Amino acid sequence: MNLTYRPLVLGITALCFSAIVLGRAQAGGNHFYAPVVDQVVKEECGSCHIAFAPSMLPASSWQRMMGNLKNHFGDDASVDAETAARISRYHMANAADAGGQRYSGKLLKGVAPGSAPQRITELPAWVREHRKVPGWEWRHKDVRTKANCAACHAYAEQGYYDE
Amino acid sequence: MATLFLTAQPAVAETPNEIQAALKQEAAGASGFQGFSAARGEDFFKAKHGGEWSCASCHSGNPAAPGKHARTGKAIGPLAPSANAERFSNPKKVAKWFKRNCSDVLNRVCTPQEKGDVLAYLLTVKK
Ligand code: HEC
Ligand code: HEC
Ligand code: HEC
Repeated sequence: MNLTYRPLVLGITALCFSAIVLGRAQAGGNHFYAPVVDQVVKEECGSCHIAFAPSMLPASSWQRMMGNLKNHFGDDASVDAETAARISRYHMANAADAGGQRYSGKLLKGVAPGSAPQRITELPAWVREHRKVPGWEWRHKDVRTKANCAACHAYAEQGYYDE
Repeated sequence: MATLFLTAQPAVAETPNEIQAALKQEAAGASGFQGFSAARGEDFFKAKHGGEWSCASCHSGNPAAPGKHARTGKAIGPLAPSANAERFSNPKKVAKWFKRNCSDVLNRVCTPQEKGDVLAYLLTVKK
């Protein structure tokens, strides 16, 4: 964790920001998850919540999720077949156990191969990283749900999850 | 034919008034259609319809202000075209979200009358 980093970032431009993030990622910082860059995926998967990084779940998870968008955590997130195929391809190619491997780090630790978990927030490693977050913080009105990463990780949408 | 529509995806930019005109044509098919009403649209927008949410639950009671997704907490840009130029400019996007949101709020699709009333209301909201 690097607490001096954030105030520094606030003052500089987005361009510098992504350069730094990229630098850190390449330097092996393991709290960076490449954000979604495909515009269609960003639009379709980033309107109800942030577009979660494909490298946060294995390919089997995305495959299962894309197969049932009509009932997506109680919401209808369905898209036409062509768009669905494009989103699937993108997620599968960049999944935690595929192209996104260099970002996913320890996130898949304790996940049985082929178990296709549907929630990042239920991965054992995610739960472990957040065990010190107090209950009142989860219940805060600006948080509402564990899946609202951006409420606590100001740069979640840029892929950056240091505290 | 359906695939033709789907593949012809990008940038059929339209104005809110053009979208309103298309809704009017649809609504006029129903018997007793007497035009759209912004007042009725406002009531519809702010009321619950048997479920947990109203449109205002996610889009705020003031559509010129940003909203917040009732379940995920994600920020949602203002819905009124006066405050957000991207709104009601892409018929495909409008249709997709009417379908999803009406299903969340009313557990059915919205009628052309209801959609037109809501848009009439949103067009009266000043920034
Ligand atoms: C219509 C709204 C909507 C759309 C569109 C949508 N989602 Fe979701 N998504 C939700 C809701 C609601 C939840 C549950 C949030 C909660 O329980 O806190 C959720 C949860 C998730 C989760 C689990 C988050 C966790 O708890 O770890 C993932 C992963 C996810 N969505 C991926 C996607 C992908 C990929 C797409 C694009 C194909 C997508 N979503 C599109 C509404 C949506
Ligand atoms: C209520 C606030 C809150 C929410 C919501 C939240 N986190 Fe966190 N997260 C934290 C805190 C605090 C830490 C640091 C924990 C520690 O160091 O003990 C953390 C740590 C992490 C880490 C490890 C990075 C590090 O510096 O150790 C990752 C990765 C992460 N969160 C991802 C996510 C994702 C993905 C989501 C959404 C699905 C999310 N978080 C939602 C508060 C939150
Ligand atoms: C559960 C949350 C939620 C509820 C309730 C909700 N909406 Fe939405 N609505 C959204 C989200 C998320 C978007 C897409 C995000 C964005 O475009 O900023 C959206 C987008 C829209 C759009 C697309 C406008 C455009 O051109 O960009 C329309 C129209 C709309 N909503 C109308 C309604 C109406 C009418 C109701 C009530 C029947 C309603 N919504 C209820 C979450 C909601």
